[in-house]
Amino acid sequence: MTSSILTLSKISKRFGAVVIADGIDLALAQGEALGIIGPNGAGKTTLFGIMTGTVPPDAGQVFFDGADITRTTPERRCRMGIARSFQIPQPFGGMTVFENLVVAAAFGGGKRERDVYARCAALLEQCGLADRANRQAGSLTLLDRKRLELARALATSPRVLLLDEVAGGLIEHETAALVALVKEVRASGVSIIWIEHVVHALIAAVDRLVVLHGGALIAEGAPAEVIRRPQVAEIYMGMEDLGIEADA
Amino acid sequence: MSDATSIRVEHSNRASRIGLAIVSGAVIALAAAPWWADRASLRLLSEIYAYVALASLWNLLAGYAGLVSVGQHAYVGLGAYVLFALAMLAGVHPLVAIPIAGFAAAIISVPVALLMFRLRGHYFAIGTWVMAEVFRLSAAQVSALDGGSGTSLPAAVILSIAGTRQMREFVVYWIALALAVAILAAIVMLLRSRYGLALTAIRDNELGARSNGVDVARVKYLVYVAVAFGTAMVGALIFLQKIRISPDTAFSVNDWTAFVIFITVIGGIGRIEGPIIGTLVFFVLRQTLADLGAIYLLILGAVAIVVMLKAPKGLWGLVADRFGWQLFPLERRLVIGGKQPS
Repeated sequence: MTSSILTLSKISKRFGAVVIADGIDLALAQGEALGIIGPNGAGKTTLFGIMTGTVPPDAGQVFFDGADITRTTPERRCRMGIARSFQIPQPFGGMTVFENLVVAAAFGGGKRERDVYARCAALLEQCGLADRANRQAGSLTLLDRKRLELARALATSPRVLLLDEVAGGLIEHETAALVALVKEVRASGVSIIWIEHVVHALIAAVDRLVVLHGGALIAEGAPAEVIRRPQVAEIYMGMEDLGIEADA
Repeated sequence: MSDATSIRVEHSNRASRIGLAIVSGAVIALAAAPWWADRASLRLLSEIYAYVALASLWNLLAGYAGLVSVGQHAYVGLGAYVLFALAMLAGVHPLVAIPIAGFAAAIISVPVALLMFRLRGHYFAIGTWVMAEVFRLSAAQVSALDGGSGTSLPAAVILSIAGTRQMREFVVYWIALALAVAILAAIVMLLRSRYGLALTAIRDNELGARSNGVDVARVKYLVYVAVAFGTAMVGALIFLQKIRISPDTAFSVNDWTAFVIFITVIGGIGRIEGPIIGTLVFFVLRQTLADLGAIYLLILGAVAIVVMLKAPKGLWGLVADRFGWQLFPLERRLVIGGKQPS
């Protein structure tokens, strides 16, 4: 039994009348890859906000490596080792792609600028951005912005990586490459939580799947088994088609 | 990954090398101005340097750190008043008083920032203006400097700068140029440093910066204090040259904030070259249209509106993006195995 690295304890959050989380408990084990699915508006991204500190919970606590980080700022959490990619990319638009990574590696990774150049160049290669290294991030296509989100999150040398819909819009072999990359990152010892609508990609990469609906985790277990549960299929109608649907 | 391919990072490119050569040449020519320009031109040039410096500082504050202060005249006036107080009441040499004025403003800006940073967005902007009013009203209470009616530097203080009138004008001119160059150089070095990475990231995306480990609050705090330091030195020098000070002129929102914002916005906010270009445009407009009175201000307003609508990145942004121009080597371009990817 491995100890958990990131834990949500009795987390509640509502926006006005909309309940996003109602006493959610969730633990990410050391080295685990966990997938989260749920209908649009279920609050998956908000959960990432609570984990990274950009959204304060109404109640409950967040633990990282045993320490209570509920009131820790996003920048400190990043330096502690929690990195995140945004569903809506948040690039530093006036900086080059390479500079985007240097910021993350130098500040998020807590290193001297000079010492991160080689690693950033390697990450650009790994994420398929090397030939656009000196392009302004603001001029990238949506797909490349998503690649940049992933590369930048990795540049911070995270211990926990939170991926928010990085597969949407990818064609088949790109999805396969992404799954391979996620597995590679995980093999290097990084724990991962992945929110994704492209369910077949998710199932290929994660050990465990949870379903968020109506402010609660309504199902949890082995990915292939969870998505076949009637209660999941019911709220997630046409699940099999979703991978294709999200590509549109 | 890094097998045989070597990795290098270059700061300068062809454009920035040409830009730097132009800037260096201009500085040398301007340093020699006392030999080729008349008195009125020297005064005008000094004023231009002051605005380049003030606008560059405001650009750092608002354009990079996202702190849209409309109360920077607080520090112009504070610096000026500290210089007058030191020179007239404590007998400090006026040129020595300039850096002291900067330090005094930096110290005072620490608690002011504590207060102001509790305000967000437009509340911050309004708060800075209110704070500048507080400064102005406080200056009017200093009876040793003749309160609200203001005062002039005594002849002895002025004579202490240099023996002859011509030499005094030259000295003040060179200091104005040196201060503007020093402030610009400091900003270039800041932007090339680790802090520059953080500041540029904050400029582009604050949420992204925080989520990638940048301590945004701390960087903003340091920038606010550093900008107060520079702004107060410029203010001290402006009023040393004017010789006369009053709360209304030293804490003028029009002269030291509105014009400065105009300059930065039309030149190109969030770009180091913007304030320089903006100052030149502003002075061309002023020198050609100032006789028109109120119509001149209407034209300024119209220019600002047209630029904001047609060239939201400012005049420099318009041409720099099209032709790839840059005056200063700020970028970090990755070179892999001797080749630069696009």
